[in-house]
Amino acid sequence: MTMPFYVAPEQVMKDRAEYAQKGIARGRSLVATTYADGVLMVADNPSRSLHKISEIYDRIAFAGVGKYNEYDQLRVAGVRHADTKGFAFSREDVDARSLANLYAQFLGNVFTHEMKPLEVEILVAELGADGRPDQLYHIAYEGTITDEDHFAVLGGDAETIAERVGAGWEADRDLGSALRASVAALAGPDRTLEAGDLEVAILSRQNGRRTFRRIADGELAALLAPSASGRGRRRAGAQDAGSAASATTDAGEGGERA
Amino acid sequence: MALPLFPPTEDPGPDFVSLLRRSGLPTVVADSALSVPHATTVAALRFCDGVVMAGDRRATEGHAIAHRAMEKVFPADRYSAVAIAGAAGFAVEMVRLFQVQLEHYEKVEGVTLSLEGKANQLAQMVRQHLPLAMQGLAVVPLFAGYDQRRGTGRIFTYDVTGGHYEEADFQATGSGGRDARTTIKLGFKEGMSRAEAVELAIRALYEAADEDSGTGGPDLVRGIYPLVAVVTADGYAQAPESEVAERFGALIERKRAEGPGAGDGAS
Repeated sequence: MTMPFYVAPEQVMKDRAEYAQKGIARGRSLVATTYADGVLMVADNPSRSLHKISEIYDRIAFAGVGKYNEYDQLRVAGVRHADTKGFAFSREDVDARSLANLYAQFLGNVFTHEMKPLEVEILVAELGADGRPDQLYHIAYEGTITDEDHFAVLGGDAETIAERVGAGWEADRDLGSALRASVAALAGPDRTLEAGDLEVAILSRQNGRRTFRRIADGELAALLAPSASGRGRRRAGAQDAGSAASATTDAGEGGERA
Repeated sequence: MALPLFPPTEDPGPDFVSLLRRSGLPTVVADSALSVPHATTVAALRFCDGVVMAGDRRATEGHAIAHRAMEKVFPADRYSAVAIAGAAGFAVEMVRLFQVQLEHYEKVEGVTLSLEGKANQLAQMVRQHLPLAMQGLAVVPLFAGYDQRRGTGRIFTYDVTGGHYEEADFQATGSGGRDARTTIKLGFKEGMSRAEAVELAIRALYEAADEDSGTGGPDLVRGIYPLVAVVTADGYAQAPESEVAERFGALIERKRAEGPGAGDGAS
């Protein structure tokens, strides 16, 4: 019979952390920031169908970086948790904090008990209602949960990007300027990111019951164009109002009650 | 509540009903009331931009009125509407489950179900309800929506066994359904405008309430009017109450002008 080698627990944890960090660092980064109307999430993601940012519930969004299959599994579990809870109790009873705690517990468990930690970093964002502030819960691969105040950066190059985001951060910016600042921080001084390289979504107070909305294609390009920023902003405002009108009918008449 | 994670072989996919079953939650809540409110008129008809769906507001228990302002027309999602007739407790619960099911599918899969897919989903829920329907607690929905792929409004009707049938132009169900259907049949034209379609739906509900004790007409004293929903390429929208009230007012004026005996063979 062979005796297994003794490995100190510190070493095991260190190895696992290193493994997870390496996996996450290989992926592209993501910035989430609050703006005047809600929460803006911008990801460096050229894919139109494999999303990093998704809707969880009426006021809750999910964002993940790292290994796609691993964070997508967490996303689906989050949708299931939220829909089940909202169905069993009431739509108002679904909150980001409890979901973020469940994610943190799960990630912590996997990190300590499984062979391989999850190579993901996730964000649970909630749009504040009735004057309460917006919430950004940043959860790391080992289950550390951080309640971020104004912005969160996920991914390999997080520290450098967070410095750039923090340097330019202002309260109550409109969507266009918050987006351009986030994209510039994400790209850094050496690159420029075009509309085709980005995945952008918002949780907006203008959107009625389901506050999540993706911004893509022409609308995104218009918002990104710095020379036509005024025009872009107006157009985005008009579209916001349009979607708000239809969403209100969707929400007002059935959603809340049902 | 634990994070609902499943091994790949037991994963419920985007199906919210089987997710509920796996989570040990009941999918239909038992109604303790012995006498169950029912009797209704709900109607749907196609027009040039989509569909109009309308329903009265009365719920009855035997011969008594249980509720005067009950809502029987709901948005199923952004592009479809569902109306209910039958045992109210089960029907409202079924609509709630149906709404969550459609949204759940959309969020998990990242795309919306086709209109046909939504109609099939509802049929499965009605079929699962069959044992209770056999005991007299039937739920019969009416489903209509805007088919984004085909660019047209479509209407589906159901029977208690979960059979569902697509209607060409219009349909009405509930205890006053027959009267509503006849009214729509006489007034229906291909390619009606929104105004014409809403007007016809309102006339159908008025005639149904005139003939059927289980159907509520416009309640001018309390200001309660039937609900009218319009589903087009722009999504689900409820016709404003002021518009519905105005149309009912005009209709009643016309009836008065025609004389008290007009259209009433009995007097």
